[in-house]
Amino acid sequence: MASNEEILAGLAEIVNEETGLATEAVEMDKSFTEDLDIDSISMMTIVVNAEEKFGVRIPDEEVKNLKTVGDAVSFISNAQA
Amino acid sequence: MARKVVITGLGATTPIGGDVPTMWKNALKGVSGAHTLEDDWVAKYELPVHFAARASNAATEVLSRVEAKRMDPSTQFAVVASREAWADAGITEVDHDRLAVAFATGIGGVWTLLDAWDTLREKGPRRVLPMTVPMLMPNGPAAAVSLDLGARAGAHTPVSACASGTEAVHMGLELIRSGKADVVVCGGAEAAIHPMPIAAFASMQALSRRNDDPEHASRPYDLGRDGFVMGEGAGALVLEAEEHALARGARIYAELAGTSVTADAYHITAPDPQGLGATRALKAAMFDGRIQPEDVVHVNAHATSTPVGDKPEYAALKAALGKQLDSVAVSATKSQMGHLLGASGAVEAVLTVMAIYDRKAPVTINLENQDPEIPLDVVTTARDLPSGSIAALSNSFGFGGHNAVIAVRSI
Repeated sequence: MASNEEILAGLAEIVNEETGLATEAVEMDKSFTEDLDIDSISMMTIVVNAEEKFGVRIPDEEVKNLKTVGDAVSFISNAQA
Repeated sequence: MARKVVITGLGATTPIGGDVPTMWKNALKGVSGAHTLEDDWVAKYELPVHFAARASNAATEVLSRVEAKRMDPSTQFAVVASREAWADAGITEVDHDRLAVAFATGIGGVWTLLDAWDTLREKGPRRVLPMTVPMLMPNGPAAAVSLDLGARAGAHTPVSACASGTEAVHMGLELIRSGKADVVVCGGAEAAIHPMPIAAFASMQALSRRNDDPEHASRPYDLGRDGFVMGEGAGALVLEAEEHALARGARIYAELAGTSVTADAYHITAPDPQGLGATRALKAAMFDGRIQPEDVVHVNAHATSTPVGDKPEYAALKAALGKQLDSVAVSATKSQMGHLLGASGAVEAVLTVMAIYDRKAPVTINLENQDPEIPLDVVTTARDLPSGSIAALSNSFGFGGHNAVIAVRSI
């Protein structure tokens, strides 16, 4: 069971690995597309890597609802609960 | 009068150098890029061939980690070589709608394709990367170069096996002559040193089995030749309409005088033993470039070091050049870097341009007992080419009966 801080740190590492963005740039209120400039293909890579890292399943139809980093952290946290 | 096309930029990443200056220095010295493969898959799959000619420099010396992970290795090589060629051309301003790309590959993203297949079988469809399709598609290198340079006049991918790289240069010339572009970045890339292609080429008896002595395995024209050596890398050239190059005061290496492509329509893999298709390609490229046999002083031969392949090329050169062939310095550079498949024609085009510009023919190594049926004047130590107006030819032939020839003339 990971805390929200741990999930955020883990997501930041995944985003950094995929896009090269600094991990500090990955903050809860940042939009994946608007702020972090992550395209749909990179987003899917991030989702699949997050599934593996956190042991959760993020359905494809759910991905479009994950607009901000915080949305993803909440989803993963709830899915782990 | 057709537009005159000149070459103003060169790039390469190869088994004998990760850039053009290093490759050229080594090509004149005569080195081997072939080495024993240390990968565990050689033993795991009991491959009959244990060596290849790997690119001497990793693409990640030029590309960032994030750039590289979104590209198949073949595309990585293409971008490395084209960036060098573009910087070498020194073009600071260009109409991007008049800039085109013609970048070839013989096999395409084979690493990506087979890695994805492994992932599917071992971990299921969810783990197959979303970037898989754009990474494996054969137009991946052309698309990546177009994106990298902002080339919007078209991005093309000629695919004709081991003639692909030369056909890309041919296409580049046509794009400028026809008025569709003023500047073209053309070339070829290949990254197929993977157990499956090695097994497949070995299965058709195309690869040398000289496992105990890789450095001496690629030996075009030698009686002891027993197959080609797999290589990898990319070559790139910036072609420019002459008026465009002159207007910006560019350094011009040479003129791309003429090109041609023909097909044997003889056999899917075996070359026409009389070299008729190759002869037509040679004559057509010379006609296209208004080149007479006596203008030709150098040939960069296809010469892969297979027992059957090297002879028909000799027949074709004899038919096209006649007695002038006695005065032609022939270089078989695959002896040094192995066979870069779809990239080979592009790298050899770079070498041919350097030979004309530097007036030196590069070295053929490993020629100890020249096949008496191939009495060519083979360059075994770097040789000066004559002064005055000179021309050189570079040949490439590919499975499928593809023949492609380019003719380069001094400025």
